[in-house]
Amino acid sequence: MTLLAIEGLHVGYGDVPVLSGVSMKIEQGEIVALIGANGAGKTTTLKTVSGLLRARSGTVTFTGKPIHTWAPHRIVGAGLVQVAEGRRLFPRMTVLENLEMGAFRPGPKQQRPQSLQQVFDLFPRLAERKKQLAGTLSGGEQQMLAIGRALMTKPTLLMLDEPSLGLAPMLVQSIFEVVRRINQEGTTVLIVEQNAVQTLSMADRGYVLENGQIVLSGEGNALIQDERIREAYLGL
Amino acid sequence: MKRSILKPTHRNWLILALIILVAIVILALRWEQTVFWLSRYGIVLRQATVTGLLIGGVYGLVAMGLTLIFGVLGIINFAHGSLMTVGMYLTFVLFTRYGVDPYLSVLITVPVLFGIGLVVQRFIIHPARNAPEHNQLLLTLGLALFIQNFLLVLFTATPRSIRLAYGRGETPIGPFMIDFPLRIWGTTITLPKLAAFVFALALAGGLYLLLQRTDLGKAIRAVAQDRDGAALVGIDTQRINMITFGLGTACVGAAAALVLPFFFVDPLAGDTFNITAFVTVVLGGMGSIPGAMLGGLIIGLTQELGVVLAPSSIKLLGVFIVFILVLLFRPQGLLGVKS
Ligand SMILES: Nc1ncnc2c1ncn2[C@@H]1O[C@H](COP(=O)(O)OP(=O)(O)OP(=O)(O)O)[C@@H](O)[C@H]1O
Ligand SMILES: [Mg+2]
Repeated sequence: MTLLAIEGLHVGYGDVPVLSGVSMKIEQGEIVALIGANGAGKTTTLKTVSGLLRARSGTVTFTGKPIHTWAPHRIVGAGLVQVAEGRRLFPRMTVLENLEMGAFRPGPKQQRPQSLQQVFDLFPRLAERKKQLAGTLSGGEQQMLAIGRALMTKPTLLMLDEPSLGLAPMLVQSIFEVVRRINQEGTTVLIVEQNAVQTLSMADRGYVLENGQIVLSGEGNALIQDERIREAYLGL
Repeated sequence: MKRSILKPTHRNWLILALIILVAIVILALRWEQTVFWLSRYGIVLRQATVTGLLIGGVYGLVAMGLTLIFGVLGIINFAHGSLMTVGMYLTFVLFTRYGVDPYLSVLITVPVLFGIGLVVQRFIIHPARNAPEHNQLLLTLGLALFIQNFLLVLFTATPRSIRLAYGRGETPIGPFMIDFPLRIWGTTITLPKLAAFVFALALAGGLYLLLQRTDLGKAIRAVAQDRDGAALVGIDTQRINMITFGLGTACVGAAAALVLPFFFVDPLAGDTFNITAFVTVVLGGMGSIPGAMLGGLIIGLTQELGVVLAPSSIKLLGVFIVFILVLLFRPQGLLGVKS
């Protein structure tokens, strides 16, 4: 079943066009990678899907419903949730409060205790630092909290915008582990990364974004073998 | 380029130390006069301290509303004071027409002003959400002018006040009989000022707990700290804007009813409170709720003490001196967060 369908998305800031006709599809249960160089428009794509930006034209369909006119909170309510670039935590609230806010909407709120337990199982570090202010966490811990907070919303499709950015190699490994585990437990994943090899080898399928257009797409392993990808992103 | 040896912050502290040193030297050199002055003004100073703290509680409540709105919506609400005037007239009418006790009318002014706040945000501020912030600010200024003139037409410019039938002599407070005005430590405390202080602090405490403990309060803080982050966990940020504006306005609704028994109301009455509240908000740290209360108490104190120490000056002189000192030494405000 197609969970998310993006069709002919045109998005810009002011007069400057950033996306010119982006189309993508995500099937239920997949891990899909979106890769591309700095400034290609990856974050812009995710922000538009989340409702933080409005498209000039094009449609976004989630579980069969056109959502490109919806407000962000309604999109979250429908199960489409993003771990944004820069983490967007509430810095002067505690780790626990940040997680509680993840389960703000009535549905997830009912499952708050169980969801909290799941997040703490996934990230024992967060359990130890429950009372600490989010702004004082290390970069890695902040990324864990951002992912944990998004999981509290009980997403059907989780979008991650460069979750490994600025983390040490060890931590990058464990973040990728977590993403895989989240997917195995039934959540569909769209992951944006610059770390092309690792991301593509984990992903079922991938899309390559260049100057606001999808220039390549295919199975993750096939893309790694692609000459153009190897030159442009893998430096091989 | 010439580089100063001292960092600007160090230089500020040096200036402060110098001022204190000079003050101490002057006081020591003129010790006899100082002792004489203290004995003569001791009681006046104590009275000013008490009065200042009592009224400071109300300033704190008004400032809390202003700082809450600023923290979430990013705008200074210039209509805050005028909305307080609305609350004062409401209390006045309830008292004179229907005999409603002003302390009881808090139960009416708070929900009414909360409702007015919701409507103002939804139909005046929200439509301009994409306009630059200084335009939104002008919008609130326009609203203030509108309210002032509307009240002028309804009530004329004549100052009006109410007189409580109780509060002099033996007054039952719960199970106790208390003789008002209270005389403590040589000072006189009237019932209206004491009641205003106690209720203002209780309401401020309630608001603080709401923000700290409830999901709604946490959502308000979340939106203030990261609007997009809040939207991405499913918080309806516009709904929070509206509720926050309502809560901020409810603060002046309460303050209005609490001050009327010892104040007066004319179409500009609330604005005097709002000028103080602007200073208080900056003093306490823009957006800081505890800072607003602390700032309110300090401003109340400064204002009353200023009048005693420099009788010929205007009431706000001391306030502005404190204000400038804070801007020099702690530009982010007493309890503000450095940006
Ligand atoms: N708020 C904004 N206003 C104007 N231009 C913007 C804004 N945000 C992004 N852009 C521009 O849009 C283009 C795409 O940005 P975007 O953030 O989507 O890229 P990205 O693929 O996520 O890059 P990165 O890998 O560096 O995060 C860039 O040229 C950027 O400068
Ligand atoms: Mg990006």
